[in-house]
Amino acid sequence: MNTLLEIKDLQIRRGDKIVVEVDHLTVEQGEVLSIIGPNGAGKSSLLLAVARLIKPERGTIHFSGFKNTKRSDTEYRRHLGLVLQEPLLLDATVYKNVAIGLHFRHLPLPEIRDRTETWLKRLDIDHLRLRSACKLSGGEAQRVSLARSFALQPDLLLLDEPFSALDSPTRLRLLEELHAILAETNTTTLFISHDLKEASHLGDRMAVILSGKLRQCGTPAEIYANPIDNEVRTFLSLPLN
Amino acid sequence: MELIKTIFSDPEVWQITILSLKLSGLGTLFSLVIGLPLGTLLALGKFPGRSFFLSMVNAGMGLPPVVVGLMVALLLWRSGPLGSLRLIYTPSAIVIAQTVISAPVVTGLTAAALQQINPRLKMQLMGLGANTLQVVGWLWWETRLSLLAALMAGFGSVISEVGASMMVGGNIRYQTRVLTTAIVLETGKGQFDLAIALSVWLLLLTFMVNLALTFIQQRGARN
Repeated sequence: MNTLLEIKDLQIRRGDKIVVEVDHLTVEQGEVLSIIGPNGAGKSSLLLAVARLIKPERGTIHFSGFKNTKRSDTEYRRHLGLVLQEPLLLDATVYKNVAIGLHFRHLPLPEIRDRTETWLKRLDIDHLRLRSACKLSGGEAQRVSLARSFALQPDLLLLDEPFSALDSPTRLRLLEELHAILAETNTTTLFISHDLKEASHLGDRMAVILSGKLRQCGTPAEIYANPIDNEVRTFLSLPLN
Repeated sequence: MELIKTIFSDPEVWQITILSLKLSGLGTLFSLVIGLPLGTLLALGKFPGRSFFLSMVNAGMGLPPVVVGLMVALLLWRSGPLGSLRLIYTPSAIVIAQTVISAPVVTGLTAAALQQINPRLKMQLMGLGANTLQVVGWLWWETRLSLLAALMAGFGSVISEVGASMMVGGNIRYQTRVLTTAIVLETGKGQFDLAIALSVWLLLLTFMVNLALTFIQQRGARN
């Protein structure tokens, strides 16, 4: 496997407080890495740093041949897809929302149309294409948000707790669909979640972050079999040693 | 009724009306050109002194037109720093003064509109690969109803002002006489009927311009 993303000696601060500390973490081409931890553990900050939306205090994030300073942040982000907890759709039709990132990249119009059509159908929102994005249910809106990012055919997909605001049946349905799409497209993904079931179901590997520090990384089976310490055990709801 | 008929049949009233709309329209346009980017910078930018500049702009929203008139007159006066441009008592001087009055209104309301937007939307747009211009363009789109309100407020502040136009324009017949200064003149001459008729006409004009803008705004809201 090729390493797509390598994070080294990363530290993110908010004021005087260190919110994220990662000594070393890699994401391999085609894998889904779940970043798991309780609320406020620093998972989202890590994801935003990977997207170059916040600046780390120190450390490097090396992304498939890119160096941090040589190319513009916008050009870097055009290799990514980003889905946040809230769908954050624009006041436009569903079709325009799905196509928006493709327009940002100035792709040829026929290609924009093809990709948008494909993902409207794949996420089962084709019938909503002309509806205003403001008039969608939570589940529909998150489908649009997913379609918007998948249409970009990103080298790395960043998912920040995309299902946490949804009701349980919708969440389970979308999780299954996402699982199938990720397997089908072989999209390298960083999936943030505080839900252990979601994270272990979707992730090929899991990275456990507690109080801002990366504590353990491995396959879900490895982590459940050999949690590194009692803190990780407690988080996994396993009996203490 | 007879008076209103007389007013509408008087070519001078039409000339004054067109000039008023033209000067206030230009003043609003220039304030939009200044206020939209400046308000955006103040709302979204991160630089030292941002809060201070924002409070300056907010204070500027209540600038008395006569004070603006005095400042612009001092600048454009023949012996003033920009006297060589020979703009005092010209329509251009009125446009400059009206831009100074209207720009803080547009800037302040633009900044307020953009600050109400969920900050994560900007992050989401950037995460989708938008460059700065694309982010700003979509944030303007998302706040378009508030930005149109800013435009209406800006226009309202200049079409109705009299102090600055009088001081820098001089109320010269066929040249710098606008509706508000004509109303002051007729009142001074004791021609209250004419002053009232011109006032009604000014109110009607302001209403019609705002009606058109409100129509556009509400059509946007429905969509």
